Amino acid sequence: MKALVCVKRVVDYNVKVRVKSDGSGVDIAHLKMSMNPFDEIAVEEAVRLREKGSVTEVIAVSCGVAQCQETLRTALAIGADRAILVETSEELQPLAVAKLLKALFDKERPGLVILGKQAIDDDCNQTGQMLAALADLPQATFASKVEIVDGKARVTREVDGGLETLSLNLPVVITTDLRLNEPRYVTLPNIMKAKKKPLAVLKPADLGVDVTPRIKTLETRDPPKRGAGIKVPDVATLVAKLKNEAKVI
Amino acid sequence: MSVLVIAEHDNASLRGATFNTVTAAGQCSGDVHVLVAGHDAMQAARQAALIQGVAKVLHADAPGFEHGLAETLAAQILALARNYSHILFPATAWGKNIAPRVAAKLDVAQISDIIKVRSPDTFERPIYAGNAIVTVQSGDAIKVITVRTTGFDPAAASVSTAPIETVTAVADSGISSFVGSEIAKNDRPELTAAKIIVSGGRGMGSSGQFDAVLTPLADKLGAALGASRAAVDAGYAPNDWQVGQTGKIVAPQLYVACGISGAIQHLAGMKDSKVIVAINKDAEAPIFGVADYGLEADLFVAVPELVKAL
Repeated sequence: MKALVCVKRVVDYNVKVRVKSDGSGVDIAHLKMSMNPFDEIAVEEAVRLREKGSVTEVIAVSCGVAQCQETLRTALAIGADRAILVETSEELQPLAVAKLLKALFDKERPGLVILGKQAIDDDCNQTGQMLAALADLPQATFASKVEIVDGKARVTREVDGGLETLSLNLPVVITTDLRLNEPRYVTLPNIMKAKKKPLAVLKPADLGVDVTPRIKTLETRDPPKRGAGIKVPDVATLVAKLKNEAKVI
Repeated sequence: MSVLVIAEHDNASLRGATFNTVTAAGQCSGDVHVLVAGHDAMQAARQAALIQGVAKVLHADAPGFEHGLAETLAAQILALARNYSHILFPATAWGKNIAPRVAAKLDVAQISDIIKVRSPDTFERPIYAGNAIVTVQSGDAIKVITVRTTGFDPAAASVSTAPIETVTAVADSGISSFVGSEIAKNDRPELTAAKIIVSGGRGMGSSGQFDAVLTPLADKLGAALGASRAAVDAGYAPNDWQVGQTGKIVAPQLYVACGISGAIQHLAGMKDSKVIVAINKDAEAPIFGVADYGLEADLFVAVPELVKAL
């Protein structure tokens, strides 16, 4: 069984972005770019499932600009077997990405598709669920444990208040939450090996997908700033302030 | 055209976020209808009928809805979707699971986590962990939206009751099934609905200390317990306590951050709180930049002292 794992190139987790002064967007030029952290967990999980013997081949996919090849090389260094880039400079919204992935799903027929639950740039949390819908597949979002048993996926999910476990037919779409695993460190020998692994490049038109954005961004601005507060010298002052000034206790 | 709100409930009663979603729906256009799809969920449907601004409740009842599986619920919503200009879900783990499935089947974009309705097709939402707010316009005929509850007040109760219409339940999808759940039972308020939250970070040092130091404070204040991602990653607190970009977004009256440094991802989840208190021994911690009251102190001394002083 093949596993398809989807990775997005985003501004690095540790970098704070700035809104452009003319309100036309967020300035991401010259910022450090990395693989979306949840996608790293997705790649790690797919590779672990191959190491356990549940999966035979891990195919990493990314959609976006040519530089996404770097993100795919990282996925290959973690342990993916081959990679596919759907290259376009068009702004890609989740529905368009889901359609591209659906086309690749039809081509590759994997038993498992694993994606991060959310990208840390647009914070949409949509693509996995949309892919599942388009391909008429069951879905297990926000996964914290994945097992393949007797031709079914058994997935534990993070839900409000705790955990729930589902049993799902294969093929299945899974999106990852934080506690699913801790991605391995990529070693230099594996980075070297990754350079030799196959990486195919396609265009959205090759897959017959129209990726025109559906949502128009009219304006981007800074969030409202919080007024600076004060430092209190001790607990007694803090309690007095909360009671008499803020009146919240 | 009317607006459809998809109610989140546990079959017996509605979850708090549903009320905020009704408020957002009222700002979109037309009449607000609420779909309660559940198993033996008449009680939840009756509760929905008593929300101010709700014109009609649609009640679909079948065993397949008991556990809120996305495949079956999305099919039920799709059976009704064409009658509506907007379909709104709360932006909770539950709503986020189902909404994109509906949007994709309708071939429309989804607008996630709206915090403001500018007009029936224009909305505001945060991106980059709340470091930017975008105003977005949808050209789709049906707008599928998830609503960030902290952006909208909960709808009040009404004196009159809206009609409840029974709708035919769709068949179970048969491609997924519920095996079991482990839901922590406690008497504390739900994190996203709590008026006061006591939250701990990496500075708590261990799961034992997290519990020993923060539980008495939360008990005294009648507060919910929260945690930073660092504390969750370190195993000090369960994941569903996580406040931040990828966890829960909260806006209580009082947020007490103990041993939390204040990474942007955490601030994204709590900076709309009315009053923020930070207790941290590191004078340079970024959390002090958003705190109304900062106490630079060893939390293992200050928090027990605070419990005594309350």
